[in-house]
Amino acid sequence: MKFIIAIIKPFKLDEVREALSAIGVAGMTVSEVKGFGRQKGQTEIYRGAEYSTNMLPKVKIEIAASDDLAPLVVETIQQTASTEAIGDGKIFVLDLASATRIRTGEAGDTAL
Amino acid sequence: MIRKVICGAGALGTSLMSATAAFAQEAAASVAAAAPAPEAAAAATSLIKAPSVEQMAGMVDKGDTAWMLMSSVLVLMMSIPALALFYGGLVRSKNMLSVLMQVFMIVSIAALVWVGWGYSLAFTSAGSIAPAFIGGLDKAFLAGVTSGTFAATFSNNVYLPEFVFVVFQMTFACITPALIVGAFAERVKFWPLMLFMVLWLTFAYFPIAHMVWYWAGPDFLPDAPTDYGYLWGMGALDFAGGTVVHINAGIAGLVGCLMIGKRIGFGKEATPPHSLTMTMIGASLLWVGWFGFNAGSNLEANGVTAVAFINTFVATAAAALSWSVVEQIHHKKPSMLGVATGAVAGLVAITPASGFATPMTSIYLGLLVSPLCYFFVSYVKNKLKYDDTLDVFGVHCIGGIVGAIATGVVADPALGGQGYFDSTQFPAGVGAYDMGAQVMTQIKAVLITLVWSGTVSAVLFFAIDKIFGLRPSEEAEREGLDITEHGERAYNS
Repeated sequence: MKFIIAIIKPFKLDEVREALSAIGVAGMTVSEVKGFGRQKGQTEIYRGAEYSTNMLPKVKIEIAASDDLAPLVVETIQQTASTEAIGDGKIFVLDLASATRIRTGEAGDTAL
Repeated sequence: MIRKVICGAGALGTSLMSATAAFAQEAAASVAAAAPAPEAAAAATSLIKAPSVEQMAGMVDKGDTAWMLMSSVLVLMMSIPALALFYGGLVRSKNMLSVLMQVFMIVSIAALVWVGWGYSLAFTSAGSIAPAFIGGLDKAFLAGVTSGTFAATFSNNVYLPEFVFVVFQMTFACITPALIVGAFAERVKFWPLMLFMVLWLTFAYFPIAHMVWYWAGPDFLPDAPTDYGYLWGMGALDFAGGTVVHINAGIAGLVGCLMIGKRIGFGKEATPPHSLTMTMIGASLLWVGWFGFNAGSNLEANGVTAVAFINTFVATAAAALSWSVVEQIHHKKPSMLGVATGAVAGLVAITPASGFATPMTSIYLGLLVSPLCYFFVSYVKNKLKYDDTLDVFGVHCIGGIVGAIATGVVADPALGGQGYFDSTQFPAGVGAYDMGAQVMTQIKAVLITLVWSGTVSAVLFFAIDKIFGLRPSEEAEREGLDITEHGERAYNS
């Protein structure tokens, strides 16, 4: 099993979710996060006081997937979340040691 | 409330005109070729000099009374929620409630202080040790004020029930100290601040209000030609409180922010406003409430009231526009905070001039004030590095000074202004106007207010800081005043 963490632009979330549902991803966790990479921050000005914010808002998606599905998940996210501009985000894949469905106690791929 | 009472001019003129017109028709019908002179004489003699309380009871207009009660409500709305939201939106979310709470409690305390001794100190002269500078205590705890006592307006033989006047003026005493808290928001202890406000009202606000706004009234002044406050007697024009409210509070704020010191992390940590939505709501409600503040300051519902009303509308619009234009030029983007700040600067500037200017000169004043205030909040403040958190000095004091001095210009009848109304004669009439001399008088009034309020504020801040401490601990300030001073959070989600 793989644990996939994707950081994407917030306005791409709906598109990515629909594309993942279409390839059989049954669930995900989404959080609003802030961070920085190569994309420059923004400048905010309040009555002449300038603040440069180098943390930009992003959305983090977390998905647990079977070893078979994981490459397709990564490819789907990469293709739907891309705008071909800096700041599109990153996808990380980790090995997942176990997964358990709380309601039934099922473990492994069947819990996903 | 000005006090070279020009404001009554419109109403008085109109009512006299209709009365004399009717009289003239009758006279013309019965006595052919009657001379015009007796009309004026007849009108004048129908006015009662120094009326008794019984006579005053017949000189109260229900329209005036209703308008003044409505205006009082509008001015209360300017403090809570308008000012509280305007300020609250500009602080960080951890300090939101502290600002709302300070404004709310100041309003509550000021109302009690006002009926306790404020009204008497501001609007009486009998029994005072220095009647030009402060009133006496004859009406302390509203002694002698009943539903059957009356307060003068600017017109001969037009009165308000005294409670109406007490309430209207009370709302001004409520908002003025509340304006000050913006200068040292996010870093002050609650109860010592409340003590400061009680003392500041007593030693700064009531004397300045007395000096600028107290006078015997148009039916009594001719027989008591020195029964007025010092600045009123000097001829200073302040229709709705440029000196008494905005300069007074603005300088107190500056002194406060200098003496309390900068916020921890000032200039190093980002302190962006937590909700400009709240600030927009607050600024908009301030604009609405300000019609009660300015137009209500005419004390009657008549033509001059309408002048103050439209001036308040267009000066504000012009200032909102000019702030945005300056921002567009300077930063390439017009901001919501900018337009809200510009509107408030315009409201502040038109306050002393509202009943004297014309709509067109009001627009010029509005266009002028925003660039000047912008310069102070975005350049001077950064250069001098004082931490006036919400720009009480840059907007209220500077805007107030611009408005107070400009009042001397826009009031000139040569520019269409209302001029100066001489209440030392009976009935009151239009006096000669000298723009240069009036501007000098305005500047003197501004300086006296700055020195008086600045000195009183410095002494009070120093004493209270020494005895009780004004500044919360560093830990409390970092944690936020909502939790450490009030034990609650603004937003629990």
